[in-house]
Amino acid sequence: MAQKNIYEYDAKKLLASQLPKYYPKFEYHDKLAIVQSDTDLNQLISVETWIKSEKLVAKPDQLFGKRGKANLLLLDANFDEMKQFCRNNLDKVFEIGNVRGELNRLLIEPFIPHEKEYYVSITSDRENDIIHFSFEGGIFIEENWDKVYHIPVPLGIDINTFDLLSKMPDLGDLKDILIPFIKALFQVYIDQDFAFLEINPFAITGDKKIVPLDVKARLDDTAAFLHQDTWGNPDNPIEFPAGFGQKSTIEEDRIRDLDEKTGASLKLKILNKNGRVWTMVAGGGASVIYTDTVVDLGLGKELGNYGEYSGNPSREHTEIYAQTIIDLITENPDLQGKPKYLIIGGGIANFTDVKVTFTGIVSAIKNSVDKLKKANVKIFVRRGGPNEKQGLEMMEKVGKETGIPIEVFDRYTHMTRVVELIKKAEEGKT
Amino acid sequence: MEKFELFDRKTQAIIYGFQQAAIQRMIDFDYLCRREIPSIAAVIRPTQDAAIAYHKVFWGSKEIVVPVYKTLQMAIKKHPNADVMINFSSFRSAYPTSKEALESDTIRTVAIIAEGMPERQSRHLLKIAEEKDKIIIGPATVGGIRAGAFKIGNSAGTTENIILSKLYRPGSIGFVSKSGGLSNEMNFMIAQNTDGIYEGIAIGGDRYPGSRLVDHLMRYEANPKIKMLVSLGEIGGKDEYDIVNALKSGKVTKPLVIWVAGTAAKILPSGLQFGHAGAMAGSDMETAEAKNKALRDAGAIVPDSYEDLDKRIRETFEKLKQEGKVTPIEEIEPPEIPIDFGDATRMGLVRRSSDVIVTISDDRGDVPTFAGVGLDTIIRESKSIGYVIGLLWFKRELPEFAQQFIEIVVKLTADHGPAVSGAHNAIITARAGKDLMSALASGILTIGPRFGGAISDAAKYIREALQKGMQPQEFVNYMKDVVNINIPGIGHRIKSVQNPDVRVQLLKEFVFKNFQKHPHLDLALEVEKITTSKRNNLILNVDGCIGITFLDLLENLDFSPEEIEDVIYSEALNGLFVLGRSIGMMGHIFDQKRQRAGLYRQPWDEILFSE
Repeated sequence: MAQKNIYEYDAKKLLASQLPKYYPKFEYHDKLAIVQSDTDLNQLISVETWIKSEKLVAKPDQLFGKRGKANLLLLDANFDEMKQFCRNNLDKVFEIGNVRGELNRLLIEPFIPHEKEYYVSITSDRENDIIHFSFEGGIFIEENWDKVYHIPVPLGIDINTFDLLSKMPDLGDLKDILIPFIKALFQVYIDQDFAFLEINPFAITGDKKIVPLDVKARLDDTAAFLHQDTWGNPDNPIEFPAGFGQKSTIEEDRIRDLDEKTGASLKLKILNKNGRVWTMVAGGGASVIYTDTVVDLGLGKELGNYGEYSGNPSREHTEIYAQTIIDLITENPDLQGKPKYLIIGGGIANFTDVKVTFTGIVSAIKNSVDKLKKANVKIFVRRGGPNEKQGLEMMEKVGKETGIPIEVFDRYTHMTRVVELIKKAEEGKT
Repeated sequence: MEKFELFDRKTQAIIYGFQQAAIQRMIDFDYLCRREIPSIAAVIRPTQDAAIAYHKVFWGSKEIVVPVYKTLQMAIKKHPNADVMINFSSFRSAYPTSKEALESDTIRTVAIIAEGMPERQSRHLLKIAEEKDKIIIGPATVGGIRAGAFKIGNSAGTTENIILSKLYRPGSIGFVSKSGGLSNEMNFMIAQNTDGIYEGIAIGGDRYPGSRLVDHLMRYEANPKIKMLVSLGEIGGKDEYDIVNALKSGKVTKPLVIWVAGTAAKILPSGLQFGHAGAMAGSDMETAEAKNKALRDAGAIVPDSYEDLDKRIRETFEKLKQEGKVTPIEEIEPPEIPIDFGDATRMGLVRRSSDVIVTISDDRGDVPTFAGVGLDTIIRESKSIGYVIGLLWFKRELPEFAQQFIEIVVKLTADHGPAVSGAHNAIITARAGKDLMSALASGILTIGPRFGGAISDAAKYIREALQKGMQPQEFVNYMKDVVNINIPGIGHRIKSVQNPDVRVQLLKEFVFKNFQKHPHLDLALEVEKITTSKRNNLILNVDGCIGITFLDLLENLDFSPEEIEDVIYSEALNGLFVLGRSIGMMGHIFDQKRQRAGLYRQPWDEILFSE
């Protein structure tokens, strides 16, 4: 629940459908197609006939930029060249920045011959939405950042009555195109609950039409319920893809599904499947602090996951969450038989019932006794909150009954001290 | 109340949303703090029908009521002294409801609990708050607490926790964090290492919190009772730099112990979204390291990691003590809050005698059971209605022949045309425009000594005869001379020995074929021989036959004589007639309603008017 990146394809489609509401002259070609390894090109060209007849651009649509520098930008190509480009690159592994990932999504659109590239973006802070505009768009934007206009528009101001022109005095003849375009873009940004929108670059064609070339955007996904007629349609919601190289796993998908079904919060991100330190921490804030402490104490390389559960999840949901993490920690026992550590941590809850949530965790432990022993998992528990006594006693008991080493700490032990204990155990070992 | 205070011991709040647990927890806190008035003035429950309803809450061991309004507007008007609204409405409606509160004249502080409010909506709200000089706490927070004075909703958890963290009386630490969950951890940690919390607020983990860390730290700075500040920040956003600036410009002078969480982000995949919506570093400035460093450089006390936070807090407080800047607190004993009856029962501390004993069914499990048999089994094994009646009326699985007998009786009694009193009444009532239940009840209410009564009376007298060992002739004389009535169940208007009633024949056949013994029917048939010798229509009629063969049914089941007595005492026989006839009466009611038949009025020519 936050600001989420969307595909360039989806961003352009959204602009194509929304911009003409405020800027009827925005005659965007709306010719966009996605090619993936399983795309049937013959079928695609039967729908998108322009692909055969026009000059094309092809580029990755996987949330990373600087595609020209990575040699992943095909310009002014015909259909055959485009096919060749797709064949050469799809499903291949690339290193972008420091991230390795598979390329599996290419955006195809018509090639627009142009001389000059412009920059526009919109961002937000507490009091303003801010328009950023520059004549020096494209790959030169960063080195020319000092030439960018930054025009804050205070929240609640009607952009139509806002004197944008006086803030960008040197538009010259282009003002009749640019001012209404930027104002319309601003309207769409606000209307559709964008959190970030960048068109870098856009071109102005010979017949004075504006064409967005590259688009990056983030939406505020909490606003989905306000946009059921556009991107928030519950039957066909817009996709919020993970970053390049960050494919979500089945386990992460399962927890995300569960999270969406309940009023409580359940989050899971796998960092290192072979990690030996895993966390099952209650609370959005506490989970960050546990993660910090694991890293601060030098165990970062061994950290298996980031996650949290909070908002008083039911016993059943907590059990599924716990089982998922136990399955992950026990999936690959350490080759040298070194112990693995599971931190069942948390602060002192306001209203999450410790007994109820721990009942779920305890049944997951009981279901996994053999696995946990085989993977040599040691469990450290620290928690407080409603029914803390019963919850912690339950944990002690399941440890004794099953023989799984479970150390249990209550509110009188500093929240993250269990991490120190793990570190000490590790130092004793090595 | 000073401007830097949001709450005191007289503060009253309006709670938006019927959150019973949170309401009780707030009132328990009030009692614990020995407040004079409860901290809740009113509750808003937009889904209720009544303009004003009342909700009971415990005040210690007594009960008090809190008014529950349908609209905020009305609550505000009736409770102008309430200057806080605690908004529990969902992320869908948190915006309009918070806006309404902020725009009112009397509400000064709005706490928004919902997680997932769209960022633009949050920003609009904080703009209104700024313009109107009001305070928003949240969204996406549990709220906060002013120790010994006022508690927002579920903040600070249970009574036990409040006592352990000494939140029933003010200490001298002002605390503010993003995380609501951690705020409670910090309440306790601070109580362990200092003289406790004066006020603790959780602003929520969103990108655009209605009030920021610095806003609350500035209030604490201005409050002379607060001697030391503690804060927890988080990766993402630049709000912590406002604290840096406040430190640098000398606006914050009290010692501030602060830690910005999220230092692990450097080793995690870039752009990982932590649990809080605002917890993602968009630039180097927004990282936890950068913020911790900037704060340390500006003079804040920043531990090396969260591990050392408690030590830094203790040291800082000890120093203040040595410098004589904090005066020792006189500890007070909070009153005991009585344990809830439900909790006490679960813990085995109290017991209470129940009011009703039920022996036929149980709906507490996954599937309701009838006399121990699961409803799922009944459906899966296609058990009959007779079987179900056996379970619920007689608490046992009846043999096949008994199930069939019961169903035959239900069919035989299902209807007897429109003219009999039950159907007639049902028709008249339905035609008077009354509902199904009224029309059916009016029909059923005619069942008694004259209508349908022959069944139970026939059974009653034949049973008596058999028990007393009367001979058939002796019984006929007894009915005539002693009881002095016609024998119930004998006689028919049309049918006769020569023109027998086929219904009676079928029932008799079934009994002879399936019942091992049938002493009541045998006796009745002997009696019939005597009566028909007097008049050929004095036959055993269908009502009599049903009542008498029902007695024989009981003889053929494993019922003890005492149990048979109980069955008869409990009016099971009338039950069979009511059950069967209800089918027909409902049919008549539906028939009239389908036709939209109008009001019935008995024609004058059916009435003789006379002096």
